[in-house]
Amino acid sequence: MITELIINAFLVTLMMGIAISLLKTRSVIFTVILTSAYSLVAALMFITLDAVDVAFTEASVGAGISTILFLAAMAYLPKEEEKNLNSQFLPALSCIILGAILIWCSYDLPEIGLATAPIHLHIVPDYILGSKNDIGIPNVVTSILASYRGYDTFGETVVVFTAGIAVLALLKNTKTPKYQNKSKFKKKVGKNV
Amino acid sequence: MYKNPILRICTKILFAPIILFGLYVQFHGDFGPGGGFQAGVIVASAFILYSIVFGLKEGKKLLPEKINLFLLALGALIYAGVGITSIILGETFLSYNSLGTNAQSGQHIGILLVEFGVGLTVSNVMISLFNSFAGYELDKG
Repeated sequence: MITELIINAFLVTLMMGIAISLLKTRSVIFTVILTSAYSLVAALMFITLDAVDVAFTEASVGAGISTILFLAAMAYLPKEEEKNLNSQFLPALSCIILGAILIWCSYDLPEIGLATAPIHLHIVPDYILGSKNDIGIPNVVTSILASYRGYDTFGETVVVFTAGIAVLALLKNTKTPKYQNKSKFKKKVGKNV
Repeated sequence: MYKNPILRICTKILFAPIILFGLYVQFHGDFGPGGGFQAGVIVASAFILYSIVFGLKEGKKLLPEKINLFLLALGALIYAGVGITSIILGETFLSYNSLGTNAQSGQHIGILLVEFGVGLTVSNVMISLFNSFAGYELDKG
């Protein structure tokens, strides 16, 4: 119990330190690296909650590939953020009020791991008990993701696919279709010959 | 593109194990943590590492753009195809029971195919995102 408390306190302190230094820094590369570090600490936090699949995804997607993509996109940005000249009072006030409301609401949450929490009573028992007989897979997360909730995962895949296509459509700078270029090339070659 | 021999040799040594780890995560997702999304990202990272060290041109030689886009669409198609197949076999969309000889083996085959589709789409989307970011030229656009 006490070790868990120490680990959680350490991770939360680390997260807060990263968040504060994220606010302070103006350099874009530090922002990218700190975001990656934040994701890594979040992944560790998911491990302490025994959510290994989520931690794996957070580490590979949040800390890994998105950092690389940010770095690749960073080449087209100025190195330093511009200084904000607007008043910081109103944003800070709204953040503090929102945070206070969230902390206040968190007292109504059931204790972590409580078996009688509402989320563990609705449909989850069916999934956990059924996973072995219906599907025969030890990892319940996979059986929910791919079979019980296969339709949702299909939607996610289509979202990833659509996002990829959209970025390609935006960044591919082919001003003229290829066949036009070819016909121009032929004409030029023909004239020269 | 880097001329440093340490980087180049390390990339060549690391490339195959990263792909192998990606395949392990992909096909071991039924038994441990992992699955299509994570495996796709890991496989994509191997190709992106290759592109960073050897240059975008060599990376595109390794995985030509046409094949990349084809596989990107194929992943989503495999997923949808499994759903349509179970409709043809007389079930609802994406219920895999009739894909195998009994319900459990049908579920196994269905989950394996679906995760493979997810992995294919995710890895190729990530590779094409990196390629389009890294290959974007400001003066052209």
